[in-house]
Amino acid sequence: MMALGKRSLRRRLLTVDLPMALVLVFTLGPYLWMFVTSVTPESRLFTEGPSLVQATIDNYTRLFRTVGFGDNLLDSFIVAAGTVVVGLSLSVTAAYSFSRFSFRGKRVLMLQFLLINMFPLVLLILPLFVVMRILGLLDTHFALIIANSTIAIPFSVWMMVSYMNGIPRSLDEAAMTDGCTRLGALRRVVLPLCVPGIIATGIYIFITSWNEYLYALTLGGQDVRTITVAVQTLIGEYEVQWGLLTAGGIVGAMPATVLFLLVQKRLISGLTQGAVKG
Amino acid sequence: MTAQDHSATGPARAEAGTGRHKLGRRVLPYAMLSPAVIVTLAIVFFPMLQTAWMSLHEYVLFRPDDFTFIGFENFVTAFNDEVFWISLWHTIIWIGITIPAQVLLGLVTALLLNQEFPWRPVARALIIIPWALPSVVIALMWVWIYDSNYGVLNDFLLRLGLIEQAVPWLANPDTALGAIILTLTWQGFPFFAVMILAGLQSIPKSYYEAASLDGASTWQQFRYITLPGISGVLVTSVLLRTIWVANSFDVIFVMTGGGPGYATYTLPLYAFVKARTNLDFGYGSALAVLFTMLLMVIVLLYLRRTGKAVE
Repeated sequence: MMALGKRSLRRRLLTVDLPMALVLVFTLGPYLWMFVTSVTPESRLFTEGPSLVQATIDNYTRLFRTVGFGDNLLDSFIVAAGTVVVGLSLSVTAAYSFSRFSFRGKRVLMLQFLLINMFPLVLLILPLFVVMRILGLLDTHFALIIANSTIAIPFSVWMMVSYMNGIPRSLDEAAMTDGCTRLGALRRVVLPLCVPGIIATGIYIFITSWNEYLYALTLGGQDVRTITVAVQTLIGEYEVQWGLLTAGGIVGAMPATVLFLLVQKRLISGLTQGAVKG
Repeated sequence: MTAQDHSATGPARAEAGTGRHKLGRRVLPYAMLSPAVIVTLAIVFFPMLQTAWMSLHEYVLFRPDDFTFIGFENFVTAFNDEVFWISLWHTIIWIGITIPAQVLLGLVTALLLNQEFPWRPVARALIIIPWALPSVVIALMWVWIYDSNYGVLNDFLLRLGLIEQAVPWLANPDTALGAIILTLTWQGFPFFAVMILAGLQSIPKSYYEAASLDGASTWQQFRYITLPGISGVLVTSVLLRTIWVANSFDVIFVMTGGGPGYATYTLPLYAFVKARTNLDFGYGSALAVLFTMLLMVIVLLYLRRTGKAVE
């Protein structure tokens, strides 16, 4: 075994570590390249190319001072947080109902929530624009929260159902024997146990709303301009200033990336569960 | 995400309750569901019907009073519209190449991540990053990579001697769609890697032990144990991913806006541009409806699979 050790180590390096490293270079390369570009001084960028020599944060300060990225970050935050609140509050009782009761039409209703997520966005974006225009809600946070909820509600219903199914039914029954009502059992027993699931679902909704672009472009405007629209506008306005553009990209991607790395383990187990069983 | 039926013992117990209790038991599930159902009806199903309704009308936004019923005329226009067929063809190429490329790269990555090596947890966490990035940022960084003057791709290929002069990847009609497909592959393959990895880990190790005792080669083990073991995950995630990729025209929209010419037009993009730029909501809706009907084939296949799991 010991004699074999060296050979198998080299074999592992060649067949596993090296290809894995190549895949990671492909995966992370563009992102790192964007970062290196963003810290390269504008004067050097087109002569020497992006590099970490004389790295500077000029582009980032410009982004907040002159371009006003701070407001865009705030708009994105309000929209994403609002969508989390709407998505979670509507889906908790619905998920409990799906998880704990059997009733007529349950299957159809569950599939209905799945089906919603499958409709092309372009099918919804046109009528939502027309409706919001008639209601005078264009260019408000509310319009964007509603639009993002079309994705967030069905998604969180499905996620919450799968979390609640993992909590033994006997716990609700014990609570009800002790005099709790159904809703009391949900509030005092099931919800506290669901907290990790609720957090993961909430963060996922936050990320997707933060990253959303087409609704934000169509339903937003001068007053409400989310970070994704702001980044896209940069491309138009500062066409060749790649240092500034890439800094915008890094800032726009940062919150979602950090949040995602924090919860990725739990989130992925939740997302893959269905596929493995199905 | 399956919903087991937990309430098998429920009705029997309810019999013992009073009439009011019984009624409460019958109504409660629906009452708890109603907020989510009512809101989705209002913000999803109602707008969808509205799209269908708009598609039967002549409706251009800068003439808001002109909302004339014209039957299926928009659809007839579409079938005679050259751009519609170009977009449809691009949609087929776009999905038909992106998805298999994502599956292959995802499968390789998943097989690698399923091996034992010291930095596996790090690799597994990092591999998913593209999936979490905003599509606008993805489009931005790839436009920079493809840049014809300063882009790193041209620089790289020139140094390797694979091309003789810089190629304007996104401005050239022959390469634009391919460049976008590479970007989308990059964006989506981590999803497959993660899904397939979950499938790989559900295959019992003992199968492989038994196979290697019987003298099966690595390829045979892959062919007769691994592939059948992950086929379920593969089919489900291909269907799911096809639906998502079909929806994600935002990357294309930011990278090229459909150009140069019509080189990167796809159906959802065409519908969106028609409404956004030309403000032609009637025709745009008709295109959206046509695209949805095509996509429904895949959605129905997916629902049939998941529908079984819900039972």
